Amino acid sequence: MTAISVKGLTKSYGNLVAVKDATFDVPLGTICGFVGPNGSGKTTTIRMLLSLIAPTAGSGEILDEPISHPERYLSRVGAMIEGPAFYPALSGAENLRVIATLGGFPLERIPKMLDLVGLGDRGDDKYKTYSLGMKQRLGIAAALLPEPKLLILDEPTNGLDPAGIQEIRDLLSKLAKQGVTVFVSSHLLSEIEMISEYLVMLRKGEVIFFGKTEELLHRSRPTIVVKALKSSDLKRLKKLVDAIGHPASIEGDELRIDAEEKWGAELNELAFDSGIVLKQITPVRPTLEETFFNMTEGEK
Amino acid sequence: MGVVVAVTALVVSLLFLLIDSEMGNAERGNRITREILALPTGISIGFSSSAGLLGIVALCVFAAQTAQEYTYGTLRSLLVREPRRVRLLLGKYVAMAIFALIAVIISAITSIALAFALAGTAKVPTDAWTTSDARTNMFETFGNVLLSTFGYGTIGMILGLLLRSPISSISIGVGWLFIVESILSIAWTPSADWMPGSLLSIVANGGAPLGATDSLGYSDALLRVALMVGLGAFTSGILFKRRDVAS
Repeated sequence: MTAISVKGLTKSYGNLVAVKDATFDVPLGTICGFVGPNGSGKTTTIRMLLSLIAPTAGSGEILDEPISHPERYLSRVGAMIEGPAFYPALSGAENLRVIATLGGFPLERIPKMLDLVGLGDRGDDKYKTYSLGMKQRLGIAAALLPEPKLLILDEPTNGLDPAGIQEIRDLLSKLAKQGVTVFVSSHLLSEIEMISEYLVMLRKGEVIFFGKTEELLHRSRPTIVVKALKSSDLKRLKKLVDAIGHPASIEGDELRIDAEEKWGAELNELAFDSGIVLKQITPVRPTLEETFFNMTEGEK
Repeated sequence: MGVVVAVTALVVSLLFLLIDSEMGNAERGNRITREILALPTGISIGFSSSAGLLGIVALCVFAAQTAQEYTYGTLRSLLVREPRRVRLLLGKYVAMAIFALIAVIISAITSIALAFALAGTAKVPTDAWTTSDARTNMFETFGNVLLSTFGYGTIGMILGLLLRSPISSISIGVGWLFIVESILSIAWTPSADWMPGSLLSIVANGGAPLGATDSLGYSDALLRVALMVGLGAFTSGILFKRRDVAS
C-alpha cells in the first residue's frame, strides 16, 4: 500500500495545461518533499489529490482509495493547502471546533493541538488578531485534528521565524516516526533536504523526478575541492587531472575537480608523486537547491 | 438580531403612530384605519408589513454566509472535512434556516408587543386581538412570513453560490428584488406576476397586498415562486457540486 499513487494525472484549463501526465508514488510512513518553481503545478496537483478540483485525465489513489471518492479517504487525511483559512471573527479554538464538529473528531483534541503548535495561550483570541506565523500554526493544528495517516501541507513554514521553522521540522520528523506519511511542498529546499527521504519534483506541470532524495543528489556531479600548499601548483595539478579524464576548474585558491569522493585517495597519490603538497581535500555534493536550479534552469 | 428587532419596531411604530397622517401609514401611501387594526387580523398587520424588510435581512445573511466561504477561503477547509458537497450545502442551508426561523419568531414577538404598547396611543381597541380568530390569523401570518423569509434567504444563497462574492450577491439581490422589480412593475403591471420579489410579497401578506386589485392569488404566487426558487436552488446546487474549488 502506498500513501499516494498517481498515474497520468492531468489538469487543463482550456489551452493551458497546468499539470501534464503526472505519475509518482509516495510510500507510507515517509516524509516526501514536493518541490518545483512557482507555477509548476504543485498546488494544482494537491488540489486534485484532495478532490477540490477534478482531473482532466489520469487517476490517483490516496491510501488505496481512488481520488474520485474522497469521502473514503479524507477522514484519514489532514491538509493545509494554499495557506490557512479561518473565520476572522471566531477565536482559534472556535475555528478548530468548527472543523472538529464537521469532521466528527473529539473536541478534547483541540487544546492538545493548540499546545502542540504553540498556540495554547492564544486559543481564545480572535483569529483576526493573529500574526501570519500564528495563522500558519493554526492551519497546521487544524490539519492534525483528525490524527491523520497522511498529512498534506502546502508551504507550512510560510511566515514562521527560524525557531518556528525548526519546531515544524521537528514536529514533522516526530510524526513520521509515529508512522504518519507527510507530503510537504515548500520553497525552502534546505529544509526539504533535511527532512525528506523522498522527493517529487515538478517543472512546467511535469514530474521530472520522483524517488529517494539521496538518489537525486547522487545523480548530480560530485566534486572534490582541493587546496595546495602552494597556489601556483594548482595549474599543474589541473593539467594532470584533466589529462586523466577528470575536468577541473580553478576558482580562487581552489581547484574543483569532477570526481567521486572515493577518487580522493588516488588524487592524493597523484599529487604526491608530482611533488604537489595538498593542504585540503574536500568532497562536495551539490545541495538540493543547487540540483533543483540545475534541473529547472531558466524557470522563475 | 438587533436589525430584525429594529426593522420590525420601525414598521409597527409607523403603522400606529402615523395612523392619522394624510400620507398614509402603510406601503404605497395606503391607509390602514383604526377599524381595520381593531379587527382580529389587526394584530398581525404590523408583522406582515415587516416581511419585506425581514426578507432583505435574510437575503443578505444567506448571501454573505455562502459567498464568504469563497472569499475567506474556508470552503476548501470545509470540503476536506466534508467532501460530500450537497450534504455540506444542505447543512449550511439548515443552519441558516434556523437563524431565519429565530429571526421571524423575534420579529413576531416584537410586533405583537409593540402593537399592544402603541394601541393606546393610536386609540385602537385591542379586544379582538386576544380572540381565537386573532390567534389563528397570527399563526397563519407567521407561517406566510416564514415562507417568504425562507424564499428571500434561498435567493440570497443561490446568488452567493453563483457569484461567490458577498458584495455582488447582496447588491444584485437587493437591487433586483427591491428596485428593478418595482420599476418593471410600474412600467408593465403584469410583470409583477412573474417577479420573485412581488410573488414573495403576496405570500407574506397571505394574498394580494393592500390596494392591489389585479394581483395574483396566494396559491398561484406560492406555486410560481416555489418553482422559480426551487429551480434556482437545484441549478446552483449542481454547479456547486461540480465546480472546481480554487483559491
